[in-house]
Amino acid sequence: MNSGRCAACKYLRRRCAEDCILSPYFPSNNPQRFVSVHRIYGAGNVTKLLQQLPTHLRAEAADSLHFEAQCRVEDPVYGCVGLISLLQQQIHDVESQLAKTQAEIAVLKSQPQHPHPQAVSEVDNLLQQQLDNVVADLSFPNQTSSGFM
Amino acid sequence: MASSSSYNSPCAACKLLRRKCMPGCVFAPYFPPEEPQKFVNVHKIFGASNVTKLLNDLLPHQREDAVNSLAYEAEARVRDPVYGCVGAISFLQRQVQRLQKELDAANADLIRYACNEIPTGMPAAAGSSSVQSLTPRNRSAEFNRRIGNDGGGFYQPTGAFPLPYSFPWTDNSSGDMNDGGGEGSM
Repeated sequence: MNSGRCAACKYLRRRCAEDCILSPYFPSNNPQRFVSVHRIYGAGNVTKLLQQLPTHLRAEAADSLHFEAQCRVEDPVYGCVGLISLLQQQIHDVESQLAKTQAEIAVLKSQPQHPHPQAVSEVDNLLQQQLDNVVADLSFPNQTSSGFM
Repeated sequence: MASSSSYNSPCAACKLLRRKCMPGCVFAPYFPPEEPQKFVNVHKIFGASNVTKLLNDLLPHQREDAVNSLAYEAEARVRDPVYGCVGAISFLQRQVQRLQKELDAANADLIRYACNEIPTGMPAAAGSSSVQSLTPRNRSAEFNRRIGNDGGGFYQPTGAFPLPYSFPWTDNSSGDMNDGGGEGSM
C-alpha cells in the first residue's frame, strides 16, 4: 500500500503503519520537511522525542524541530543559534537608539516652549542626526565569524 | 580545545559510547572528559553519528563553534522538549517588536516636541503617534529569509510564534541568553 505512506516512511522505504507516530507531522505532500529533520536529527531520535511528549504537543514539537533543522541546513556552523545572536544584537541596537532618543526628548523638554530660531535649527540638526542614524542602521549587521556568543 | 585521546582519559564521547578513544578521535577536541553532560545532551538529541557527519562536512576551524552551537541547541531541547531554541527565538522576536514600537513612539514624541506640538513639561499623549514607523524594512526581509517564511516555516514578522509558557532558562526582563550579557543563562 505505497500510496498511503507518510513522507517519513516513503523516505525510509518502509511500510507506514496505521499508528505511525511520524505520519501526522510529516505528510507525504511535503517530503522536504522530513528530509531536513532526518538529516540533522535522524528518524530514530525524532521518533523518540515525539514519543516522550503528550499527543497534543507533538505538532508544535515537530514544527520546531523542522525549523531548527532548516536553520542548521542553511547554516551548518551556527544553526538557529546564529539567529538568536542576531536578535540579541538587534535588541541591543534598538535599546541604544531608544536611550538616545529619550535623551534627546529630555533635552527638548528642558527647553522653553517657543525656542529662539537658532535653537530651532539645532533641533533640526538633532532630528536629521536621528534620521541619519536610522538610515545607517538599515544596513544589515554582519554575523561575526569568531567569538561564538 | 581539550585533547584527551593521547595520554589522558578518554573524551566524554568515547566514555559514554564505551569505546577506545583513539588518537585523532573526531570528538576529543570538543568534548573533554570534564564536561560529560555536553556530549550526553548532544548525543541524546542529535546522535553521535549525525554529529560526526555534521563535523566532517565542516572545515576544522569551524568545528568548535559548530559543536558549541549544537550543544546549546541540545541543552535547549532537553530543557524544553517542545520548543527547544525556537522558544527563545520567539521570545526575542517579541522583544525586538516591543522595543521597536517604543522607539517609534519615542521618535514621534521627539518630532512633536521639536515642532512644539507638546508644551514642554507635559507628557505626550499615549498612542497618538502620527509619524510613520522608521522600522528598517529590509531587516524584516532578512528575518523572512532566515526563518524560511515561505510556507515551510511558521514565523510571521508581526505575529511571532505564540509563547506557550515562560522559559525556565531565560530572564523575563531581557531574555538575554548570554552568560555575560544578561541574567538568563543556560
